[in-house]
Amino acid sequence: MKLVKWTRRGVCAAVGAVMIAGSLALPAVAQTPPGVLIVGQIAEPKSLDPAAVTAVNDFRIVVNLYEGLTRYRPGTLEVEPALAESWTISDDGTEYTFKLRPGVKFHDGTNFDAEAVKFNFDRMLDENHPHHDTGPFPLSFFFSAIEKTEVVDDQTVRFTLNAPYAPFLSNLAYPTGLMVSPAAVKEFGADFGRHPSGTGPFTFAEWRSNEAVVVERNADYWGDMAGSDVVVFRPITDANTRVAEMLAGGIDLMVEVPPTSLSQFKGDGFEVAQQAGPHVWFLILNAKEGPFSDVRVRQAANYAINKAAIVNDVLEGTAEVAAGPTPPAFAWAYNDELEPYPYDPDKARALLADAGAEGAELTFYVTEGGSGMLDPIAMGTAIQADLAAVGLKVNIETYEWNTFLGEVNPGLEGKADMAEMAWMTNDPDTLPYLALRTEAWPDQGGFNSGYYSNPKVDELLESARTAVDQDERARLYKEMQAIVQEEAPWVFVANWKQNAVTSDRVQGFALEPSFLLHLQGVTKD
Amino acid sequence: MASYILKRLLSAIPVLLGITVIVFLIMAMIPGDPATAILGAYATPENVEKLNRSLGLDAPLVQRYLIWLGNMLTGDFGRSYSLNRPVLDEITERFSATLILAGVSFVLCSVMGILAGVVSAARQYGLADKAITFTVLIGISVPSFFLGMMMILLFAVRLKWLPVSGMYAIYGGGDLWDLLKHLVMPALALSAVATGVIARLSRSAMLEVLRQDYIRTARAKGVPERRVIMGHALRSAMVSIIPVLGIQAGFVLSGSVFIEIVFQWPGVGRMLVNAILKRDLLLVQGGVVFVAACYVLFNIMVDVAQSLLDPRIKT
Repeated sequence: MKLVKWTRRGVCAAVGAVMIAGSLALPAVAQTPPGVLIVGQIAEPKSLDPAAVTAVNDFRIVVNLYEGLTRYRPGTLEVEPALAESWTISDDGTEYTFKLRPGVKFHDGTNFDAEAVKFNFDRMLDENHPHHDTGPFPLSFFFSAIEKTEVVDDQTVRFTLNAPYAPFLSNLAYPTGLMVSPAAVKEFGADFGRHPSGTGPFTFAEWRSNEAVVVERNADYWGDMAGSDVVVFRPITDANTRVAEMLAGGIDLMVEVPPTSLSQFKGDGFEVAQQAGPHVWFLILNAKEGPFSDVRVRQAANYAINKAAIVNDVLEGTAEVAAGPTPPAFAWAYNDELEPYPYDPDKARALLADAGAEGAELTFYVTEGGSGMLDPIAMGTAIQADLAAVGLKVNIETYEWNTFLGEVNPGLEGKADMAEMAWMTNDPDTLPYLALRTEAWPDQGGFNSGYYSNPKVDELLESARTAVDQDERARLYKEMQAIVQEEAPWVFVANWKQNAVTSDRVQGFALEPSFLLHLQGVTKD
Repeated sequence: MASYILKRLLSAIPVLLGITVIVFLIMAMIPGDPATAILGAYATPENVEKLNRSLGLDAPLVQRYLIWLGNMLTGDFGRSYSLNRPVLDEITERFSATLILAGVSFVLCSVMGILAGVVSAARQYGLADKAITFTVLIGISVPSFFLGMMMILLFAVRLKWLPVSGMYAIYGGGDLWDLLKHLVMPALALSAVATGVIARLSRSAMLEVLRQDYIRTARAKGVPERRVIMGHALRSAMVSIIPVLGIQAGFVLSGSVFIEIVFQWPGVGRMLVNAILKRDLLLVQGGVVFVAACYVLFNIMVDVAQSLLDPRIKT
């Protein structure tokens, strides 16, 4: 019976080996070093060329490497000078002249000047530009109002717009408007996105595919020096694994904590940050045909859905109830006299009876996931139940995100009565202009998939876009919000509060309403 | 032998061509296009059309297929839209990570599975056999991703013995020791099911052989039991175990998708899942063709190994 003896020996050896391995591993899982901030991201970036990226995930990296002519003042969505020290706007609102900050250098040592600004916008907008092929630039339409960019002198640049366009300054602060080094684009061509060079507080160090993007403090920065020596952006696509890494100390900062995991970070050792941003989660209602063509039925849906239950129970308090089409994060343009539709099933039933729409059958497009969509299936189911309670029979059809967009963006006519949707924007103009105007119906290239139409709203939005005075714009937006809330082309559901968790070794971290992740002031011991 | 191998290699060509057609058609047929995926909420019909044109997706299907195939034959797999780098660079980098994970798992499950099967068979209905059969049943029944998550909770979050995820320490790592620490949990989680399957099949294969006359003869003439088991019986049983190993290698490779996501292993499975969600056509197509080619090659290797072991199989 030698076999038994051999097996015992084998088992002993195996157990011994495991124990040795275990004890050796024990001290090897070290804490992350001081001065090195490790950020858990949700995905691998597409590129580090700010003009080429579209995802918030990629914006979180590029805003630390690059700067724009303007930026959002910390804690707000209002614009302040950045690489431009000042600007003037012509009386008709079509000429913007920027005075640039002197003495600023790109990370590659070349000067930031008016020529560089012109290069940036020409590269994006002019199809004949020699470096236009370093694109595609999916969000270049943010600047489609620019007719030409001129170098007045070394430190002065002038944009001529084809029409007055009030969101222009705010778009310049958006990641798409960040300034890249022309010399680096010329050197690396299509690979510039992997060899980024800007003027920001951090310089690019390395990009190990699928592992990490590493940036270092820019010692020649013109402003306040960054607080960390090194920041490492690490893509961790699985939310559970990201939470486990945070709990185990493998990362110092994580964004987009799943609502159900937040409670795990309530104790010592972690800080949870939350910040409302320019986000609206809503239901598009098909106002062209079917029950929702009657305004009373649309209002009934707004009364029937228990939004407080959705944000508190489904989303565990990571969102607030939305009152209208404009999120409160746009403080200057937000109409704070508006109150959200209260949860009132009786009123909903009365309105439905008035409209003769009791027991109507509705088709509801729900997505499985997607940018800014929060927890769309659970939310969709809750909505279905609320509408059933007032006698509406809702049939859910679920689609994967890209398929969903392919169904919803061309319009709901003939297919569905309602659809989930969410937007995150940088200016109060963007969403209503693209999704509520008559001229934004899908057949005209807009996102008004529910075919809402009100000439007064169209007029207000057009004037707000061309008004250069911010107070005047604010007045117009507030009037628009009141009308849209009353006519209810959407069910206004939630405004998301972005969240993040930091370990107690991290100081000086704050989330911004712009949803951008500025890490300049963050330190770690 | 050489002509047998050559024949098998040549017969793989139509298989691979068929795969290119299938994967190309599937990617062309699924709803949602790359431009919609890239533009997200900003995908107006106008923007989508413009971007699709600049990505070269407005050409007819057949033309696009032929261009893709032709480029691939010259070694050019194209550029990934979602990662903005050559597809081939991405695949080779990712594939080496998958090979390390799947390779180590395959060795683990083969060695552990066969060993467990042999011990089980040698001690049929004994305590060792019962213990192994029970463990094997658990191994087969628990989904690998669940096992992986539980391992992370215990060994990384609670005990802090091992790193949670990734292939190397994110800052200041990169040596072999670092790799091994990151490899332990995913490799064990990935090999669990295959170990169980191999153990059960090895056990029955061994039991069958152990009942043969020549085993009794060997024992009767006083050959030590260890040599009877490891020499006489196992060698014959291997003929029926090896094809199972080949199948399990395929399972380990495909099962690595889940494990790569749970452990954030930078492998080809995770790459393909992300690429599909982002409608990154060239990356999906190139990745699938590459993996399929490896799979076909591996099957040929198994067949060859089998014919070497068993002279009855014609070459």
